[in-house]
Amino acid sequence: MLIEMHAPPKADAVTAMPVYKRTGKTGIRTTGANRVMAEATTKRMAWVTQVAAVRDGRDKAAFAELFAYFAPRVKSFLMKSGASPDLAEECAQEVMVTLWNKAHLFDPSKASVSTWIYTIARNRRIDLLRKQKRPEPEDLPWGPEAEPEQADAMGLQQETEQLGQALAALPAEQRKLIERAYFGELSHSEIAAETGLPLGTIKSRIRLALERLRHTMK
Amino acid sequence: MKKIKHHLTDALLMGYAAGSLPEAFNLVVATHISMCDTCRAALAGFDAVGGEVMLDADPVDMAENALAAAMARITDTPRPERVSAKPAGGVFPAPLRGYVNGDLDCVKWRKIGGGVSQMVLKTQDGASVRLLRIPAGTAVPDHGHRGTELTLVLQGAFVDATDRFAAGDIEVANEDLNHTPVAEQGMDCICLAATDAPLQFKGLLPRLAQRFIGI
Repeated sequence: MLIEMHAPPKADAVTAMPVYKRTGKTGIRTTGANRVMAEATTKRMAWVTQVAAVRDGRDKAAFAELFAYFAPRVKSFLMKSGASPDLAEECAQEVMVTLWNKAHLFDPSKASVSTWIYTIARNRRIDLLRKQKRPEPEDLPWGPEAEPEQADAMGLQQETEQLGQALAALPAEQRKLIERAYFGELSHSEIAAETGLPLGTIKSRIRLALERLRHTMK
Repeated sequence: MKKIKHHLTDALLMGYAAGSLPEAFNLVVATHISMCDTCRAALAGFDAVGGEVMLDADPVDMAENALAAAMARITDTPRPERVSAKPAGGVFPAPLRGYVNGDLDCVKWRKIGGGVSQMVLKTQDGASVRLLRIPAGTAVPDHGHRGTELTLVLQGAFVDATDRFAAGDIEVANEDLNHTPVAEQGMDCICLAATDAPLQFKGLLPRLAQRFIGI
């Protein structure tokens, strides 16, 4: 089933989406103890619907909702990465404008909206603070773009949520190290030498997402 | 593409996802990922960590008119396109073509001795990156490293004491490794090599030459 791209970005439209049940280790379950997870995944799917509404409908209300949630977080991230409040404000606005202009490039089966916005903000930070361009990998030589499957998008959003919760549950010291790395405070050799970075935890959490991505790239 | 055996390290993937690598390293990482689906998938995971870190940051209020200001800057005219894949028959992935202004046939080689040629690519931030052409069967002088050296094979293959490195493979060397890479017979070996500190050659002559060739 394809994602309903023309649906208005209302929360109830999202919660009404069918729930996909699967078997196997990447199975999605939305019952019992996983209710919190299901709600958080629903929130992520709402972002996906909002980006789709911006893409297809030039939907300003959906954009305003994304702006209200993400712009203050982008601004905070940039300030923690060394930008002044004025520069961070300016740059956060630009990041959101980029979201509007590049909405057609977003693929919810490969990234959560939070991940995608992060990569835009990070690249803008490199532009502005280090005055250099960032070489990006070339796109995969796919044929005509297929619309991502709803179940793939759901799975990826859920796995990103699981990753976020695993990071939140880490001991404070380890979390602090990860934050320092992503705020640009650790050089490559410091990351390589830092034994306190919970790379094992990160990798065990992102493994499912990786398997899925590798599968979709075959 | 044959199966790639030597991949990026977690530290490089995290550094690239965090945006803290020098430009020269970014170029090698982006070029490898263009050739390697395993590392492309791993990078997506490290990018996702960045997204979660950003979500977790305490929100900072935007200016009152921020949304209106952003809306005023939105244009519905030409949107930036994707970074296109390399054309059929090309050797260099897109990020590298951007630095060479073309493919392998556009490289301006300069001989640096021993049959080896190079082209230094312009980057900022201390680290340096160059294309190397090592004729089939030729050795690069024995050298060690003070910092980190990344060597990505684009064509052909080389062998050193640690293993064989073929197209798409990347060797990540640090101060623990002294090596003498030798290009395999049959085809010139083309590599993209970046370092964040000068290499240390063992012999006197290469050390003298180093002053002039800037490795």
